[in-house]
Amino acid sequence: MTLLYAFLVGGALCALAQTVVDLTEANPAFVMVSAVSLGAVLSGLGLYGPLADLAGAGATTPLLGFGHSLVTGMLEDVGRFGWFGLFTGGLRATASGLMAAIVFGYLMAVLFNPKG
Amino acid sequence: MTRARTKERDEYNRLARSFHPPRPILRNAVSAFLVGGTICTVAQVILDYLSVRLPKTQALAMTSSLMVFLGAFLTGLGVYDEIGRFAGMGAALPITGFANSVVSPAMEFKREGFVLGVSARMFQVAGPVIVYGSLSALIVSILRVYVFK
Repeated sequence: MTLLYAFLVGGALCALAQTVVDLTEANPAFVMVSAVSLGAVLSGLGLYGPLADLAGAGATTPLLGFGHSLVTGMLEDVGRFGWFGLFTGGLRATASGLMAAIVFGYLMAVLFNPKG
Repeated sequence: MTRARTKERDEYNRLARSFHPPRPILRNAVSAFLVGGTICTVAQVILDYLSVRLPKTQALAMTSSLMVFLGAFLTGLGVYDEIGRFAGMGAALPITGFANSVVSPAMEFKREGFVLGVSARMFQVAGPVIVYGSLSALIVSILRVYVFK
């Protein structure tokens, strides 16, 4: 069942982002940046957590999920270590994605050459 | 003078736009929906598989790493840009698109060397995403912890 919700929610978020790009003629990079910030705001409002519970990877895979992880990590670490958790929680919670982006990004850029 | 120039530019933009074919908004949204949904479903399959043997946070973390690997690898093969041409934000918004935004410029600027080319350009788009994501998460968290307790 989560599979279906993952498809629907993930697809809907992407369709929404695409419509924003088409209507505002914004650069996709701006939309990616806005999506992360929007994810953080929705997470702070307590809306993104339930969505992630419902749709699983459908909510965590789009970039909004990155903003959500940053906020959840910060709040967790604030709960554990006090205010300085604001400086440790965000990147701790997103470390796997960032480390993978650095390692595999570098590796693929070295191994492959642009096509055409 | 600046005002005249702005007016001219506005007029030019309006004229230029009237010659553009209208954007197929609905078709773009459907392709973004289908491709974005499929990518998320793949991630969910991986997550379900990993959740059997790992605690939830570990499974989630490993899923995003694997998706980043997939996005980076398909970008290296030149496949992901094809998907992106078809699906737009359906390919760019998932974390695989984040990986794509890392590999594409890094590959492109390899001729400028491995420090100022590859590693500096890796974060051309990913950098702003990390910066604004971290800053907005910081503000949101401060509000959550100290203002709206």
